[in-house]
Amino acid sequence: MEDTKKDYSHIKGWGIDADPKNDPTYPMRKRSNDDHGGYNWERPTQQPINVEVLHSIERPNVTAVFGTSKPPHGLSGMMRRFAFTYGEGSFNHWLPLLMADRVDVVEGIIDDLKRGYIPNIFAERGGKAEWKYNRKGMFFKIAVGVAITTATVMLLRGKSDDED
Amino acid sequence: MLAMNYRGPQRVRLDRNKPMPEILHPQDAIVRVTRSCICGSDLHLYNGNVPDTRVGETFGHEFIGVVEEIGSEVHKLKVGDQVIVPFNIACGQCTFCKQELYGNCHEANPMATAVGGIFGYSHIAGGYNGGQAEYVRVPYANVGPMVIPSGMHPDDAVMLTDVVPTGYQAAEMGGIQKGDTVVVFGAGPVGIMAAKCAWLFGAGRVIVFDQEEYRLDFVRKYAQCEAYNFRSIEDPVVFMKKTTDSLGADVCIDAVGAEAAGSKMQTITGRKLLLQAGSATALQWAINSVKKGGIVSVVGVYGPTGNLIPIGNALNKGVTIRGNQASVKRLLPRLIEHVQNGVLDPKALITHHFPLEEVSDAYRIFSDKLDNCIKPVLVPPSAKI
Repeated sequence: MEDTKKDYSHIKGWGIDADPKNDPTYPMRKRSNDDHGGYNWERPTQQPINVEVLHSIERPNVTAVFGTSKPPHGLSGMMRRFAFTYGEGSFNHWLPLLMADRVDVVEGIIDDLKRGYIPNIFAERGGKAEWKYNRKGMFFKIAVGVAITTATVMLLRGKSDDED
Repeated sequence: MLAMNYRGPQRVRLDRNKPMPEILHPQDAIVRVTRSCICGSDLHLYNGNVPDTRVGETFGHEFIGVVEEIGSEVHKLKVGDQVIVPFNIACGQCTFCKQELYGNCHEANPMATAVGGIFGYSHIAGGYNGGQAEYVRVPYANVGPMVIPSGMHPDDAVMLTDVVPTGYQAAEMGGIQKGDTVVVFGAGPVGIMAAKCAWLFGAGRVIVFDQEEYRLDFVRKYAQCEAYNFRSIEDPVVFMKKTTDSLGADVCIDAVGAEAAGSKMQTITGRKLLLQAGSATALQWAINSVKKGGIVSVVGVYGPTGNLIPIGNALNKGVTIRGNQASVKRLLPRLIEHVQNGVLDPKALITHHFPLEEVSDAYRIFSDKLDNCIKPVLVPPSAKI
């Protein structure tokens, strides 16, 4: 669909990477059949596995290198171990991981308190920046929070009165 | 050392006592970070939308720095080298790396076979600490990192770790032919770069959609393209058809991913209830806006579960869908040339520099698009440049 009518001289670099022969393009163009032999390449040296590494059941091993940022721990770790008994296509894999993430948040707060550190959630949420640049939005969020809390308290009180 | 520390959805703070990284593998290097960006895809982590994002992790996959220490098998770098570190971790030996699919390395991420290893991108991408810190461990240092060419501005260099290659590859995967109409959904840094790069492949017309006026103003000038606010258009797909003689665009690029706005149904099910792997509004529009037989290029990031997209339309229209994480190592030599020749000016996208100590506010400003933020960069106190 070459358009010869238009002048693109005002656009620096126009067409310098055009290559009609590059079709189909990346990621298929460098395709080789080396992978037909399966997982048989010469692997890099294995990083020593000194921490617990959960690996996908869709591969036979731990990769030659891996991150060690946060090995599984506590209740969230148990949930993650359960999740990794399922394949990557399964909701039984991903949903427990999402739930474990939320449990991990509570465990994080407990850990902070155990160390005598009270997390400054206002600062962690970038409250200073929001106060400076989006005060209106901030008040709106606070108002919504207060409304939801008030409604919940009233609902619970109502239920408790009914039971009495 | 100082490092960003994730505490839960929309909660990050500065950790002042994170242990220094160590050499754990003979091909490791330790890099002192001099610049580290916050990426739009970091916001998926920040918002708690990516499974297996663990409390205490340090994010950051876009960083440059100085080599401080090397492992016994590292021979392509030396202590003191200033390096661009691609966001993908790649071994260079597996069958995928040999095909230059460096974003799909099979020896860098034990936790998921569908994703390669990525710095600071949760355990779904290998569990590595990222570069929003003073120091970071860089595996396979013979393969990924590249010495920064003399005279290159550090802000240009840090944009070559992800934004520039991802935007360029988005255009490349579109298979753009001379004169093609290219539509880019999203005027974030990657969308802006994709629009700019579409011209390099000979696009005849480039159109960008977003909802933020300041970003639309920027992309109009920076990428010399048309730009429209989808909030002021009743149906972006119908609008696209009307503006392309009823046939649609030759190439559509999804440069948004999981945080897309524009459809209440997608937002509620994808971003609020997490019933799908993010909101797929941009991808839905891309498939519906592209011409029959056209190409949809996907660089917007989605989670691992699934999304509501009109796959029936893709089938009936004969659409080719291409996607991948950018193969940064493959593209760097060409992109460095483009920066040095003045064809691309990536540092122009950087609107904010924050000290690393202000990481919580930096995330809030970028996440909520406050103060006309397009691209924020964190600078650790030990950067010295």
